[in-house]
Amino acid sequence: MEVTTKGMPYEAWKDNEYIEKLVKELQDSGVNVVVGSFDKLINWGRSNSIWPLTFATSCCGIEFVSLGAARYDMARFGWEVARASPRQADFMMVAGTIVHRMVPVFRRLYDQLAEPKYVIACGSCAISGGPFKKSYHVAMGIEDIVPVDVFIPGCPPRPEAMIYGIMQLSRKIKVEKFFGGVNRQEKQEEFLKAHPVAGVND
Amino acid sequence: MSNIREKISTVLPEAVIEDGEIMQVTVPDAKWHDFAKTLRDDRELSFDFLVTIVGMDWKENGMGCIYYFASTRHNSRISVKVMAGGDRERPLIHSIHDLWAIATVFEREVYDFFGIIFINNPDMRRLFLNIDWKGFPLRKDYDENPDINPVSIENERQTDFTDVWTETPDGKVEKHERRIFQPDDFVVNIGPQHPATHGVLRFRTAVDGEIIKKIDIYLGYIHRGVEKICEKDTYPQTLHFMDRLDYFSAHPYHHCLCMLIEEAAGIEISRRAQVIRVLMDELSRIASHCLFIGTYCMDLGATTMLFYTLRVREQILDIMERTCGARMTFNYDCIGGVMQDLHPDFVKDVHALLDVLPANIKEYNKIFTGNVIARNRMENVGVLTRKDAISWAVTGPNGRGSGWACDVRKCNPYSIYSELEFDEVVREECDSMARFKVRMDEMVQSARIIAQLIDNIPEGDYCVKVPKVLKLPVGHWFKTVEGCRGTFGIYLESDGGTMPYRLKIAPPCLPAAAVVDHITEGQKIADLITIGGSLDYIVPDIDR
Repeated sequence: MEVTTKGMPYEAWKDNEYIEKLVKELQDSGVNVVVGSFDKLINWGRSNSIWPLTFATSCCGIEFVSLGAARYDMARFGWEVARASPRQADFMMVAGTIVHRMVPVFRRLYDQLAEPKYVIACGSCAISGGPFKKSYHVAMGIEDIVPVDVFIPGCPPRPEAMIYGIMQLSRKIKVEKFFGGVNRQEKQEEFLKAHPVAGVND
Repeated sequence: MSNIREKISTVLPEAVIEDGEIMQVTVPDAKWHDFAKTLRDDRELSFDFLVTIVGMDWKENGMGCIYYFASTRHNSRISVKVMAGGDRERPLIHSIHDLWAIATVFEREVYDFFGIIFINNPDMRRLFLNIDWKGFPLRKDYDENPDINPVSIENERQTDFTDVWTETPDGKVEKHERRIFQPDDFVVNIGPQHPATHGVLRFRTAVDGEIIKKIDIYLGYIHRGVEKICEKDTYPQTLHFMDRLDYFSAHPYHHCLCMLIEEAAGIEISRRAQVIRVLMDELSRIASHCLFIGTYCMDLGATTMLFYTLRVREQILDIMERTCGARMTFNYDCIGGVMQDLHPDFVKDVHALLDVLPANIKEYNKIFTGNVIARNRMENVGVLTRKDAISWAVTGPNGRGSGWACDVRKCNPYSIYSELEFDEVVREECDSMARFKVRMDEMVQSARIIAQLIDNIPEGDYCVKVPKVLKLPVGHWFKTVEGCRGTFGIYLESDGGTMPYRLKIAPPCLPAAAVVDHITEGQKIADLITIGGSLDYIVPDIDR
């Protein structure tokens, strides 16, 4: 099965191995034909209108503004509805450095996103600490704090790279099992089990 | 200079005066507060603008602060060095918060980084780091082991109290607790995740109905410790952090550090490189003001403006991208000149920009500036008087909107600015509208500078030869430039090695954010967005 989005030719994607792996997982798990068809329909809708959370800490956020403006125009792809409240957003683009003081706030924002939720680590700071690797007050990559779906490298990534990254996310959404899959909170529960918060009983 | 010297030696005979580009006076802490009062109030001195306070740790030689002052009347500058009393466990200096309003925040910053306690400062809390942070990061013996201060997803401890250290008549220093808000205050939390705070800034706002009583500004949500990282990098490596402070002023900030290092190392750069640097500075000023106008109008509800202003900004970014190879973090200025020569189409592209700019500015004014809603929301809102602007050290377009002619390009010209013809835009209305209009007019002046230079870019090397391993002589230097948001200063101290002993960044946005409490007092909460937007602070620049 060739998974693509926005009419982009399958061969033009740079990394198809992971999506083929996901397709294989999906096929191996096996669902009945009715549920499978509904999954496909719902995923088609979901993947074409993913709403971002307005969240930016530094430089990458300005490129995200450019992405919203007329030249790069993310409205073409159905992502332009940037929400200020996490409860109304589908994914969070972590545009910028996450520092010690921001970590609890960031984690709370993630917890407030409605399921199913996705995280894109945008820029080298969010991926690994980037240029601030030697700092005493920077979290070295957000992967230890929340699960990440897509990484967009760059410092800051160009708006084109951001478009490619969000398209990868939308491709990923297409091959998800919705019923009994992402519409359940299992993913988050698993993650919380692996990263317990002391004193908080979820 | 000589009469300042005479004056100081009559006022305080024990002061040690050291000449240089900026005179440095060493004052004992016991006499410091009285001397500071003379510095500010004496007519011949009248140093009414506190540029920055540089905290220092000279290891076994003790700790202390270097204060940089400027006089708006005489256009002179001076620095004062005060050694901290007490021991390393508890270094003490007397506060000057009652003389310069901005000192309260600057002293908090020094306390946060060095643990120097300022006696009588009404708010001796940490500024950027958590209450429970262990150690003072900019001290030379700070232990950076991540296990001591781990990343935690637990909410940090918050308190409504702050410390005040006072001195009893017999010289004993005591600590007291003071409430930040009154017990019956209703405190609303705005930020750090809020679309109108322009980044991760947090205001703890005490309100009485709709009226703001007090704002406690809570910083550090993007504090990245740039000053400490710079101490671990060689001089060419420190440059690229300047891109990531105020990412709109990447070129001017780079320019500042490059000039500083070149001055210290005695490197003379070519005329061509100077012209290219100034051209880039002014292009980024236009791009920055464009984005300001777009986002500010968006804050006020006029989303359309963002699309209009970003059109010009994208055109400028294209020009820069062709020459510098990046859209935002250019890393273009380097020690000795610039990284690469100009793109062959540079002159043509800039001419195309200059052709469309006047029509665009006219269009912005037509859409927004005269609009009755915009005028009602901006005129007489957030008034900052000239006296307060100087006391709070609010420079740049914000200061000039308050009638303070503080443009570094005019009062301490650097590079080739003294040869160029342009007007300093100053407005007397002191409100949000004035700050908005100053930026609008500055775009015209920047275009004027570019027009003078673009057809006369001299031939020559774009970069001179610089030793591969760059060592600076022992000494200290301070340089300011006009960034897109105000006076940006860097203090550099070298111990003769390949890395800075101390690199202090004095950003223009910290005073701009600190003054929000003062401006908004008694205003409506809806105006907080107007006022905050008009000050145009960039949070990574505040926090560094």
